[in-house]
Amino acid sequence: MEDSGKKGPSVIERYFTRWYRTDLKGKVCEDHCILQHSNRICVITLAESHPILQNGRKIKNINYQISDGCSRLKNKVSGKSKRGGQFLTEFAPLCRITCTDEQEYTIYSCIRGRLLEVNEAIMNKPDLLLERPSTEGYIAVILPKFEESKSITEGLLTREQYEEVLAKRNQQEEPC
Amino acid sequence: MLSLREKDRPVVRKLLSAGCCARCVLRFCCVGSSSAYRRSYEDMHKELLAFVSEENSAQSHDAPGEGETDDPPNKRMRVDEDRVTPAEPDSNICPVCLGVLQDFCHPTFAKQVSDAVKKQQFEFDSLVLTVSLPAQLSVREHSCWLHVRKEVREKSMCLGKDDVIQVKDAFKWAVQGKIGQELGAAVLANSPCEVSVGFIHPETEEDCHFLANTCPDCFKPTKNKASIFTRMAVVKALEKISDEKFSRNYPCPPKKPNTRCSALDTSCLHTSVFIAGRYNKFSRELPQTPWVIDGERRMDGSVEELIAAPLLSSFRADGFNFSSSGREDVDVRTLGNGRPFALELLNPHRTKFSRTEIKQLQETINQSSDKIRVRHLQIVTREATSRMKEGEEEKTKTYSALIWTQKAIADTDLDFLRNIKDLKLAQKTPLRVLHRRPLAVRQRLVHSMSAVHLDTHHFTLKLCTQAGTYIKEFVHGDFGRTKPNLCDLMKTDADILELDVESVDIDWPPAIPD
Ligand SMILES: [Zn+2]
Repeated sequence: MEDSGKKGPSVIERYFTRWYRTDLKGKVCEDHCILQHSNRICVITLAESHPILQNGRKIKNINYQISDGCSRLKNKVSGKSKRGGQFLTEFAPLCRITCTDEQEYTIYSCIRGRLLEVNEAIMNKPDLLLERPSTEGYIAVILPKFEESKSITEGLLTREQYEEVLAKRNQQEEPC
Repeated sequence: MLSLREKDRPVVRKLLSAGCCARCVLRFCCVGSSSAYRRSYEDMHKELLAFVSEENSAQSHDAPGEGETDDPPNKRMRVDEDRVTPAEPDSNICPVCLGVLQDFCHPTFAKQVSDAVKKQQFEFDSLVLTVSLPAQLSVREHSCWLHVRKEVREKSMCLGKDDVIQVKDAFKWAVQGKIGQELGAAVLANSPCEVSVGFIHPETEEDCHFLANTCPDCFKPTKNKASIFTRMAVVKALEKISDEKFSRNYPCPPKKPNTRCSALDTSCLHTSVFIAGRYNKFSRELPQTPWVIDGERRMDGSVEELIAAPLLSSFRADGFNFSSSGREDVDVRTLGNGRPFALELLNPHRTKFSRTEIKQLQETINQSSDKIRVRHLQIVTREATSRMKEGEEEKTKTYSALIWTQKAIADTDLDFLRNIKDLKLAQKTPLRVLHRRPLAVRQRLVHSMSAVHLDTHHFTLKLCTQAGTYIKEFVHGDFGRTKPNLCDLMKTDADILELDVESVDIDWPPAIPD
């Protein structure tokens, strides 16, 4: 039989642009991927190089309660203008993920914008995040301000730049 | 015949002394027969003077004879003659109607209005005449009313403001017959075709200003009005002001002006005509409405433009509004019996079309492009178009989708789809429309499905769903935001490559047999 029958571009490739932020807050390899739809909406996901997705690790817990006073689960938006959504800056934490080896990772917003929703499905089924990190295992959906829809990606890496970073990283790692 | 009675005589005299025109005199004498206002101004004026002098010869005790103390009206007020005014100074301008019921009631003005309408080439068989007057005319009317009422009261009679014939009505009675005749149309109180005549009088604009001090509540600035002194606001302020206060601020009778009103351009407006039908869209590169991003046009043409173009030119309309029962994406075709639509044609200059002519228009639309096809084209009422949106949510739609699966599939792998009935979906607002729609989770039903196997990775999925179901998201799952989705059901990645709407189950507009 044929192989997986590679069809044309996927949903992500058709409608989204991939942007990256690597080594977030100076933590090595903690890379995030931002999928920006042509309508400016952004989906925050883990980049495939993120440590959580390496070496068959398992997730123990995903926590959207980022401080005593603030839970991303309490976020509510109403109306077309999405009133009431929490406004996030680039380094606003979205959630903390603890792996079974007790390592804890913080996932960040990466861009400025209004939080529309977080992915509650991964709390009950963390495997979604491990198996399908760029689709069903997304972390959050953010709506940038209309006037910032272009500028928010200025500090981010393109897919090509991200791949260069990965290539360099591999070269450095090999001698170790 | 002036239809004036003995008791009117002092009022007539008083009004003539104040410089009022013949038609204003009749108005304040409450002459309510329209024909009285249609007569020639010269005749009316002559008869009025005769009427007044009749009384002078048969002097009675109850009239102190103001006419004797005042100059005859047409010889008065030759003041301001050396004043520089662009318009030819005319001392006989009525201080109450500012000329509206004088020269503007002459048949030459009616002709001028008719010619302006003719120039726009409207085709209609009836019209309604509307008149807009300067707001200060109400102030002058009020002043004149107080002036006359004093006289009437002395005779222990009364004159209600509502009994006085309005300038507007007197003007219409004087000219509308002639306008209708010129245009070959009936003049009705209600007609889809509105001919509007307007007057302004800049010289006396300040007449209203004192009212802003006496009744500040009536004059709140509004965003879209150039002046706070709208006719409505002035009328309201006049209802509130006391006679004494009014007299202190404004002369009774009103002062004579130096110029008469100017007429604004005559405008003609026909109410919208609605055209409905059903359309097919055969192209995956044609948006339903013009697609503009950042002010830039993406893709040529649109369904609405293809349909509207021949209609706009035949109805000679100024513009249109397109609406339809739902809409398809650019890359989605609409097949089968098509999608109901309605088009509002704004200010159509021609509105009478036979069935055959509409049929020909449909042909013209269909000949113009092979990307769309229209059927059941017909003229409908505005009210009927709401049927198109009625129960939009409860209706069903059928679709045909070309599906790709990651996993290799055999014919028999698709059989289970046929057994799924009324599958309940929880659909979050799709990411692709979330920027302009509220975030919500909507319950939608997939009533039934069937599949035709094409090859190991492709099949055609036929779906019958509740209207409002997002099909693309049901197939690929939209980041797991539609649950369950086809990927879940088939336990493989799936994507939608093509989508067609096969039917929109709304039986409006009624079918038109070929
Ligand atoms: Zn007058």
